This record gives sequence, structure tokens and C-alpha cells, in this order.
Amino acid sequence: MLSSTIENQNTTQEPLEEPRMVTRDLSLFYGPKQALKNIDASLTANAITALIGPSGCGKSTFLRCLNRMNDLIEAVTITGEVLLDGQNLYSKGIDVVALRQRIGMVFQKPNPFAMSIFDNVAFGPRLRGVRGKSELAEIVENSLQDAALWDEVKDELKKSAFSLSGGQQQRLCIARTLATKPEVLLMDEPCSALDPISTLKVEELMRELRGQYTIVIVTHNMQQAARVSDNTGFFLMGELIEMDASSRIFTDPHDKRTEDYITGRFG
Amino acid sequence: MIIRRTFEEQLQELQNDLLQLGRFVEEALGKALDALVRQDLSLAKQVIDEDDFADDMDFGIQTRAMQLLALQQPMARDLRVIGASLRIVLDLERIGDHAVDVAKVARSLAGRGYGKHVNEIAELGALSRKMVSDSLQAFISRDIEQAREVAGADDEVDDKCDLIQVHLMEQMRDDPSQIERVTRLLLVARSLERVADHATNIAEYIYYVETGEMRQLAREEHDPSYEPVDATLEAINPEERDHDAVEDLE
Repeated sequence: MLSSTIENQNTTQEPLEEPRMVTRDLSLFYGPKQALKNIDASLTANAITALIGPSGCGKSTFLRCLNRMNDLIEAVTITGEVLLDGQNLYSKGIDVVALRQRIGMVFQKPNPFAMSIFDNVAFGPRLRGVRGKSELAEIVENSLQDAALWDEVKDELKKSAFSLSGGQQQRLCIARTLATKPEVLLMDEPCSALDPISTLKVEELMRELRGQYTIVIVTHNMQQAARVSDNTGFFLMGELIEMDASSRIFTDPHDKRTEDYITGRFG
Repeated sequence: MIIRRTFEEQLQELQNDLLQLGRFVEEALGKALDALVRQDLSLAKQVIDEDDFADDMDFGIQTRAMQLLALQQPMARDLRVIGASLRIVLDLERIGDHAVDVAKVARSLAGRGYGKHVNEIAELGALSRKMVSDSLQAFISRDIEQAREVAGADDEVDDKCDLIQVHLMEQMRDDPSQIERVTRLLLVARSLERVADHATNIAEYIYYVETGEMRQLAREEHDPSYEPVDATLEAINPEERDHDAVEDLE
């Protein structure tokens, strides 16, 4: 267990178990505006951490710091550290492409490539240099199995990914991410464009994946955070107010601001 | 700005109803004790007849608490209030039942003369009743110290109840013609002791609502060496849970 823990001005908490990723004094500025303020967070290995908070609180910005997606935005300055298994992702000489293989991301809207179901999943491995037909077929099948989509698409792998429903497309995107064998899975509101049944399927899938992957999910849906996650972090105006076991956050949060937000008394 | 005004109002109504039920059963207990001491048959009958009201309120509160859980997905303190209400309402309803039990004994003994130890029983009843009213007060004022005091009073009730039982046994030995009457008084003492247990439960739920901690307050008061356990499901080993279940049955 690392010593890193969340010690905001108002909260001192026990560190969560076995963090896979840790941020230390992480701040992010869009030009002069500070969007993340000295975030110290631990993301438990092989568990689901949900990030909640009102719009503009910094939760998605924080998520994108975890695989350096914010590098792509102009005028962004980042200070502090993001550690994956002890290694700072923002050190000089880090291969960002290789990094994003280790830390995969699933986005709000399903974004399959304009190609077949098979080719979507095989895309990452091919980029990595996998050429063998049987090896690719095996990776594609395993990834689709893990994404709980195999049974629905196994007879139509050559069909366009766009022929799938929204929920299936999102699970295809998850399969595509899993095919690159990531250690960490970042999900930015993965269910916000899905109907309730597809949402439940993706949630169930997350529960099945959690033993093998460290999952971080940003969600606007508090019930979703409560249903699926092991730990929950609450962000407000760029600060991580508190992060603790979800069973604690949703029954007895430490901080009044967390209580006000999750009980809907915010504002 | 209050965003969830409707929910807040519904939650407040739930607590108001709980309080109304609490006051009702506390009064019923007081009337039952008066009926016993004064041998007042009509007052005893009144307590028995009015108990339907407590049963109806119990169902109403449970139904609304379940609806709030399903429809509003409460969190944090709101969740604890509703969860605790579902338990407190059971304890209150049972207190009402015990008041009826006392009233039934009062009805059967009315006009047959005072028993030797009725005053002792009345004192026991007053203690138990005070625990109920203090737990209601702690509920209103969100006072965890008062909740602790209620739980702390349970020992005194237990001791008094034990003593009364000894006295009643002696009375039966000394005068076997009294056995039927005294047996009924034994039941009353037992009911009053149970009322105090329910008041203690209520105090422990109030403590939970206010602190988020499930604590066995009475046990802590009773046994200074007792250390609170982590009450999460994972933390309780199966043997201990079975043991608790057996205790509950007893």
C-alpha cells in the first residue's frame, strides 16, 4: 500500500487498497484558469473507481490526465505527477502511444471505425504488428467475449460496425480497447448515450471486467456510480473533495459538500 | 436553494408520522399502566380498542418509506433516515402491542383488588415509558447524547425487572391462591422490560442516523470492555452472525 492518500484541507482519509495509479499534487490550467487543484488520488488496482460531481467540476479533465489526452489541447499546463505502478506518466521520454495501450479509454458516444466488426477489434493488435490470421481471430474472439458481445455478433463479424445498435457499438468499442490488453480502462460517461437496458449490460460488463482491469469511470448518474463502483471520488470546482469506498460515500460521506451533492441539495 | 423540495417534504412527513406514532404508543403505555394501578376497566378497554390506529400507522409508514426508497433513490443521511424509520416503526408498533398486553392484564385484574407489588410494577413502567419519551425527544432534537442516555437506562430497567420477578415468585410461594393473579403481573413486568429494549433499539437507530455508525449502545454501557466491531457485512464472520440470530430468536 502506498502512502499516498487524499488529504484535502477538510478531509484526511485512510489510503484505499493497493493503488494501481496515483496522482500527486496534480494541477491543470487552461491558460490562466485552474481546472484541477492539487489532486492527490489513489485508484485501486482491479477495482472500479467512479468520479462524480457537477458539470465543469474537473472530473473528465482529471480522467483525461490519466492517459495524457489533455496533451492534445492547446494552452494546457499540467503540474504534479500521475504514477502508473510508480512510474510518472509525465516524465520525459515516455512513449505516449505505448502508454495509451496500457491505459485504454472508452468515450461518451460509441465511436466505432467505419469498418467491419472484426476489423474494429483487430485494429489495435494490427497496429502493434500482429499479423497472424489465427492469432488475430483469437484476440478478436476473446475481446468480444470479454465485452459480452461475442454471442450477438459471432455470425456477422464481417458486417459494418454501424449495423450494430448503440449499446452494441459501445460494447464493441470496449472490445476494441480490451484487444490492446490495457491495464487500466478509463470510461468517460460510457452509458450516457445508451438506453436503460444497454446501460445495465455495460454496467454488468464492467463488474465482470473489474477483477482483471483497473477501471475509472466518469458518470453523471449517481445511481450508476453507486451500483457499479467500489470507490467513488467527488469533485467540485477543480478539487477532489473526498474519495472513499462507495458504500461509505453513499451512506455516510465525510464532507458536507459531498452530502449536499449526492442528496440533491446542491446549489 | 432547495432543489428537491417535494422529496424533502415527503421525508419530513415520514418523520412527523413516526413521531405521531411514537407519541401515541407512549400515551397508550401510560394509560395501560394507569388502568392497571387504578383498576380502571374502561381505560384498559380504550387502550385495547385504540391499538388498530397504531397498526394502521405502522403499515402507512412502511409503505411510504418503501416508496421513497424506490422512487427517490435517497442517499447518505436521507437514506439513513428512511432505513432507520423502517426499523423504528417496528419497535414503536411492538411498544404499542406491549401496552395492549398490559391493558389486557389490567382488564382481567380490574375489580379484584390491588396486588401486593403493583406499585413496584408502576415504577418499572414509568422508567420504561420515560425511555420511550426520551428516545422520541432525541429523535426530534437529533441528540446523540440523549440517545446514549436512553440506552444507558436499560440496565436499571433490567435490574428492577429481575427484582420484581423475585418478589412475585416469593408471593406465589407464600400464598398459592395468588398464583393466577401474580402470573399475570409477571407478564406485565416482562412486557415493560421489552418496552425498554425497544426504546434502546430506537436510540441506537437515532445514533446511526446522526453519525452513520451502527453501535450497540446498551452493550457499550453495560460492558465497558466491549469494543464496537466494524459492522460492515464483510467484517462480521458467519459464526458471529449465527450467534446473533440465535440470540434474536431467544
